[in-house]
Amino acid sequence: MSTSLVYLLASAALFGIGLYGLLTAAHVLRKLLALNVMGGAVFLLLVTRESDSKLVTLAARDGAAPDPVAQALVLTGIVVAVATTAFALALMVRLHAVSGSTELDDD
Amino acid sequence: MIELAGIAMNVVAAVVLLVFLPLLAACALLLLPARAHRLVVVVCIAAPLALMLSPTMQVATEGSLDIVLGGYAAPLGIGLHLDSLALLMLWLVAVVGGLAALHALAGFAPGSPAGRRFWPCWLLLIAGLNAMFLSADLFNLYVAFEMVTLMAVALVAIEGSAGALRAALRYLLLGLLASLAYLIGVAILYSAHGTLDLYLLADAVGAGDDATLTAAALITVALLLKGAIFPLHLWLPAAHARAPGPVSALLSALVVKVALYLLWRLWFWTGAGLDLRGAAQVLGTLGATAVLYGAMAALVQSRLKTMVAYSTVAQLGYLMLLLPLADALAFKGAVYHLLSHALAKAAMFLAAANILFALGHDRLDRLGGVDRRLPVSLFAFGIAGVSLMGLPPSGGFLAKWMLLEAALAQRAWGWAAVLILGSLLAAVYVFRVLAAAFRHDDAAPVAAKPVPWLMNASALLLALLALFAGFAAAPVLALLDSGGPFLPLEGP
Repeated sequence: MSTSLVYLLASAALFGIGLYGLLTAAHVLRKLLALNVMGGAVFLLLVTRESDSKLVTLAARDGAAPDPVAQALVLTGIVVAVATTAFALALMVRLHAVSGSTELDDD
Repeated sequence: MIELAGIAMNVVAAVVLLVFLPLLAACALLLLPARAHRLVVVVCIAAPLALMLSPTMQVATEGSLDIVLGGYAAPLGIGLHLDSLALLMLWLVAVVGGLAALHALAGFAPGSPAGRRFWPCWLLLIAGLNAMFLSADLFNLYVAFEMVTLMAVALVAIEGSAGALRAALRYLLLGLLASLAYLIGVAILYSAHGTLDLYLLADAVGAGDDATLTAAALITVALLLKGAIFPLHLWLPAAHARAPGPVSALLSALVVKVALYLLWRLWFWTGAGLDLRGAAQVLGTLGATAVLYGAMAALVQSRLKTMVAYSTVAQLGYLMLLLPLADALAFKGAVYHLLSHALAKAAMFLAAANILFALGHDRLDRLGGVDRRLPVSLFAFGIAGVSLMGLPPSGGFLAKWMLLEAALAQRAWGWAAVLILGSLLAAVYVFRVLAAAFRHDDAAPVAAKPVPWLMNASALLLALLALFAGFAAAPVLALLDSGGPFLPLEGP
């Protein structure tokens, strides 16, 4: 099994775990954590890249420099994820202050 | 030559400023003392109208324009692409955003505590929308889309009640899920083709391999979720109905449209070489279901703003009919529908917000007598409704006429039937509101707070624009003739 296939499978597994958590968890914090796990899966996918008809992770490939564009995309993605998570947490804290609940379904 | 360069510079500066002026102004609002806020906000409402002039001249006389930011060319750098479709969308942001902002000037006075929270979010939302209409880069589009979603959510939550916060959080969580699906698509496209530029990708994807089609499917689902297309619309009614009036107007007129605009871009420009006819039929069916389901759901609502929100679910469905119809006439009809629906729906939400403001509630069964208390708002609501129903001479009539003509010419009787049925249902839900408002059998007369004139004027102006959009169609359609994706002389 090549290194990159490990990355791809890990990415798929993380995405699945995150999606399951997002759909089943009731607490908003758990949903957010699940979304962040999914985000990790996507970033892993972004730095894994097909090359020479064989899947290799650029970061792990010996000798060659990693693709700077993919790295830049992941870096930007992480910044966006931090901002959105912080914002969602702020909304959740506010919801708890107003209604005493941290779940979305009891209207 | 120097003079030519000067003009080109001018266009580039204007286009870049359309994104950066609201962005910088939003930051400035956080730093400036409260008394300067009104000036900043008014400049940001008025300036886009002036900034739009030179890009309009450019597109009308010389066609589309590519702008390379920072001197880095396309495979590495991030480009902006201005063509006739993008130009019309920018006009829509300037006009609808500007008039809705006038309405918000009354409700969220700049410099007041509520205004200090409201205006930075509003301006960042406008900047994000303009960036999305101009961007030629898939990842840049992702960042701009996150900006739009975050600010839209913040504006939904601004009222601060538990219901608004829940609607906002639900919107945010689904938006983030959609963003991740979109980002997987971007990752796949980048690893398969090594570029993120929408127009370079068009050459690279060719007839399409499995990786490209997987990416296309993921991105399409993500955009359907962000665009609230049936059956992924469930977040929309609560979020749009809970938001303050001008925010609802902007959300329904522009924020959901941006997802469908991007879908068109990817479908007809980037994916022009792919054979997506089967998928187009499926997506058209979703659109048709949205038209019928949204209109029926609007019919059974007991609150005015929720009804208007379900009407948005229905009207968005028409925009999906372009995918299966896919010819030059349908394209013009769909774009015109996007424009006139944005004007009409913004007017309708502002009018509904005025009614809510004056009465303190928006329950349909207690609207009796509104015709006497709030004649201007009700009039605005009514003429916006004329455009939604597709009656002449409104913009909605012209748009639906073109779509219908395209459907009949292609012998697509199913789509034609949906177009007609959808208009009939729209007539029923609009008349239901008017009937409720003209009923005078209530024992107690309705008590109504006076509505500030700016709030009335902005709703009325938008409604009149939607009504008269049918007359002003010639220049708009001529622009689309020269820049659409369905012409014998196809551009990139």
